[in-house]
Amino acid sequence: MDARHLAKALADPPYVLTLDERGWTALLAMAHTESLAASLAWRLDGLDVPETAREMLAQARDHAEVQRIHALWEAEMARRALAPIGCVPILLKGTAYAAAGLDAGRGRLIGDLDILVARERLDEAEAALLGAGWEWAKPDPYDDSYYRRWMHELPPLIHRERDRMIDVHHSILPPTARTGRVDPAALIAGAVPLGGGLAILASEDMLLHAVAHLFADGELSGGLRNLWDIDRLIREFADTPDWWQRVHAASSRHSLTPHLSRALRLTRHLFDTPVDAHLAWKPRLGDVWFLQRILARDGWGRENRKALRFSFYLRSHWIRMPLPLLARHLFTKWRMGRAAR
Amino acid sequence: MRHSTTVRVGPRIFRVGSDWRRPIWELETLYADYEKGGIPHFTVRLEATNWWRRWLRPQLAIAGDHMLPDAVPVALHHGLLAAEMAMNLQMALGERRVLLLHAATVERGGKAVILTGESGSGKSTLAALLMARGWRFMGDEFALIDPASGLVHPFPRPVSLKNESIAAIQAAMPKGRLGPLLAGTPKGDVRHLAPVAECVSARDPAEPVAVVFPRFGFEAEQREVGKGETFVRLTQASTNYTALGEAGFAALTGLVAKLPALAVDYPDGAAGVAAIEALA
Repeated sequence: MDARHLAKALADPPYVLTLDERGWTALLAMAHTESLAASLAWRLDGLDVPETAREMLAQARDHAEVQRIHALWEAEMARRALAPIGCVPILLKGTAYAAAGLDAGRGRLIGDLDILVARERLDEAEAALLGAGWEWAKPDPYDDSYYRRWMHELPPLIHRERDRMIDVHHSILPPTARTGRVDPAALIAGAVPLGGGLAILASEDMLLHAVAHLFADGELSGGLRNLWDIDRLIREFADTPDWWQRVHAASSRHSLTPHLSRALRLTRHLFDTPVDAHLAWKPRLGDVWFLQRILARDGWGRENRKALRFSFYLRSHWIRMPLPLLARHLFTKWRMGRAAR
Repeated sequence: MRHSTTVRVGPRIFRVGSDWRRPIWELETLYADYEKGGIPHFTVRLEATNWWRRWLRPQLAIAGDHMLPDAVPVALHHGLLAAEMAMNLQMALGERRVLLLHAATVERGGKAVILTGESGSGKSTLAALLMARGWRFMGDEFALIDPASGLVHPFPRPVSLKNESIAAIQAAMPKGRLGPLLAGTPKGDVRHLAPVAECVSARDPAEPVAVVFPRFGFEAEQREVGKGETFVRLTQASTNYTALGEAGFAALTGLVAKLPALAVDYPDGAAGVAAIEALA
């Protein structure tokens, strides 16, 4: 058994009515470990489910609701910190979905606050956040310089009173990534104000960010949740006139079209998402491996398919940066690890 | 997983899986009176830390729905302790419906007394002694407070007895069923006592009437604890107060406003029992 079981329940809720005790047990364990329990709860709303499942799904929903409130409050705190310098934070991922009231935000667990600001305003934004009570979460000089030189975000900051993390992005992929050449200026120019001093990405950029997020981390852990975000976003926006054209234009601009195509094929396969057939292109051999990797979860909630996961782990480093840089980074980390011992 | 069992404790069902037979067998023996089977609320896994540790100096890691990143592995002969810890962890990190207080609860005539305090305060031993005198034992790890009703629900796990209290309880309950002696754990010697069967099967909640902060080994003394201090001490005793958000705040303030709170110092078991029996 693998996480296709969970994907089926999400895509086609009446599927759960056929489940026996074993099937339910596995479904709940998988939904939990894939951070999809509250999303599943929303999908199964109104169906006749066994008592334990009803209780656990209700708990998951309560939990996601508390997280949603915390996430929106955190966004408001960032807004207040950045308002004096005239910087409107663009919310990303879960917080954006919640703030905009999108379907993708329903039951979505939200951890850190992710925002995007223009690169040229990064220093000011950093100073404003430090002045408002955020502190460095990783005060190591090597990590710090590594983030600043090679990453698409500042080193993570944590608020000293509320204990919540913020990731301040200036792009959605590292500049060294083999994945694509993102144009951050276009992302910022296309952002949509939400009112109240916050903004979100344009819907096509939001989709592409979800795609970048799915593939750029490379290891594809949490991949099913990312694909579910993609499915929800597409269903929300696909009927907008010219939306697929805009998606295509944006994917060309950020050179993410091959990744978009693969994401569309995977989500169509798992969730029967209504995708643009032209953009999804033809099935590729590698799709099978991606599916196998994303669904690597057994009925006890354990990740299985170890060899496959390991090869994706190696690949993750490969695609994040060129080999000499990777070698240098791993060597420094190894020396740091030895020194710490 | 190779070996597994599913047990119900009060309102929650746990599935425990293991790479070895031994912890499951020990668990099923200790939990003989508990209902088995059903769709679990939480899954717990006792896994070998790596493949050869299954056979060579076997060592198990605690895993499950909810995990701590740096949990210390445990030797196989302490597997029962690991299973208990793992179930506690699922509740502490995963439970979102009821407010959890790290406390023992005992009930008589529909009135429940919540005994809370740090490890070593004697709350487990006190609860076991009261059970021996006919009180209903509702748990010695977590008190489950329902935010909607304010009632406390039973979570009657086996009593975890440590060091000297093992002999004291054996004397008070000669017929009590004990688990294996787990010597030399991080908490010293540990031995579990299965609650009497009626306490295990009773599912009905009870009305809490007092919060007690017991302290073993001090001269007998009682002092009323103010609302503010009680509230702060209970937020510290709760594992999910923050995670519950507004519901947690409402449940806890409701409880503190309604109940008297008492700090009870007691030199020995008999004095402790007498102090609690005066309350309900």
